[in-house]
Amino acid sequence: MKSLIAQSHSLSDPAVQLDVINNHTEKIKSFDKFEDKLENIGLHPLKPTGIEIFQINVGYMCNMTCKHCHVDAGPDRKEIMTKETLQQCLGALKDSDIDTVDLTGGAPEMNPHFRWFVDEVSKLGKHIIVRSNLTILDTRKFEDLPKFMADRGVEITCSLPFYSKRRTDIQRGEGTYDKSMKVLKLLNEIGYGKEDSGLMLNLVYNPVGAFLPGDQESLKQQYKERLWKDHGIVFNDLFTITNLPISRYLNFLVESDNLEEYMEKLITSFNPSAAMGVMCRNTISIGWDGSLYDCDFNQMLKMKTNHGAPDHIKDWDLEKLNNREIVTDQHCFGCTAGAGSSCGGAVT
Amino acid sequence: MDKTYYNPEDLKKFGNVSDFQEKLGKKFFDYYGAVFEEGALTAREKSLIALAVAHAVQCPYCIDAYTEDTLEKGCSEEQMMEAVHVATAIRGGASLVHGVQMMNKVDKLSM
Repeated sequence: MKSLIAQSHSLSDPAVQLDVINNHTEKIKSFDKFEDKLENIGLHPLKPTGIEIFQINVGYMCNMTCKHCHVDAGPDRKEIMTKETLQQCLGALKDSDIDTVDLTGGAPEMNPHFRWFVDEVSKLGKHIIVRSNLTILDTRKFEDLPKFMADRGVEITCSLPFYSKRRTDIQRGEGTYDKSMKVLKLLNEIGYGKEDSGLMLNLVYNPVGAFLPGDQESLKQQYKERLWKDHGIVFNDLFTITNLPISRYLNFLVESDNLEEYMEKLITSFNPSAAMGVMCRNTISIGWDGSLYDCDFNQMLKMKTNHGAPDHIKDWDLEKLNNREIVTDQHCFGCTAGAGSSCGGAVT
Repeated sequence: MDKTYYNPEDLKKFGNVSDFQEKLGKKFFDYYGAVFEEGALTAREKSLIALAVAHAVQCPYCIDAYTEDTLEKGCSEEQMMEAVHVATAIRGGASLVHGVQMMNKVDKLSM
């Protein structure tokens, strides 16, 4: 499977994506606007509560091409953060009390400067989270990474859309489940996910289809029971994430004729409490080229930080960023539906 | 568009049944909500029961609603289909067990 961009697909264009989620049908045009919903609960313009998480998308290259990927990542994507931009990130981190650095991609491990950067961030005493697809750690080039990350106390948060092989492989490709189980066992062997080891291993659930995630705690218990019973695998936490109508997931919604109903469901499930806790309020997202965004989703839609805030890491200004106005559009309903959704799971 | 007795859009209007009889409608929906709350059975178990019953009573609205609900609650395809088989077994068994009545009648009428 090729990325949308490699297929020259119209939905590889962020402007087309925004037009689709706003205007695809007459009914979609009539849906409530996200800004109005915020206005109704006194939350517009949306402002940060203070940046606590520095999320860096170190590149869109990935060894996988998952059907739902909002990044449209894949082996054919060449966008990779340079060492110079990573140095700029370190500069920004040195001057701030932001304590968590969250590395994502693509497969963040595939950035050629990954190990060096993890070492440098580690020296700053920051907590590091790596978002891994698991299968990359089953390749010869990266098989030493689990130990490398364990030695530096890196938290690993990895994708596992479901506890069963069938549904996992449908979304992430044939063979993903078996490889994931192999890597999870390996991570357990070196201490990840084990009580009192201090090595955090979290799983990420996201629905394999056009429906919302259920209760996070209930799903966590199901995962714990099934993975232990079937494979002897343990982990710390499970984060439920709602699929946002962006990129390849948006393509799935359009092709399966689910877009209208999915958008309607997101909008009717708008939860003011979830809106209060959306991740863009305590996170800044840095793109592979150093551009700044309110979240990884805005990054993929090329909606940079604005309203007077700097929009590139070279112009980093924590005070201005802490006082910025967050940029929103209809996709934001994905983070405010039901129990809410963030990179750390449900928000209520 | 083909005209059918069932329209998927009507599921979203379920709450409107209170318009013609508000008091009883409210009682029903309060009861309905309470039934599906987490209790001695988990919300997930209740959803699987609802899916099975939806098949037994052949309610297309309920089948749509509880297929989505069981998916959201993390049920696997195997679990969902097993629930449908439970409904089928009871439904089929309910017919078959009446065969005993037929056999009794045959015995009574026969020489």
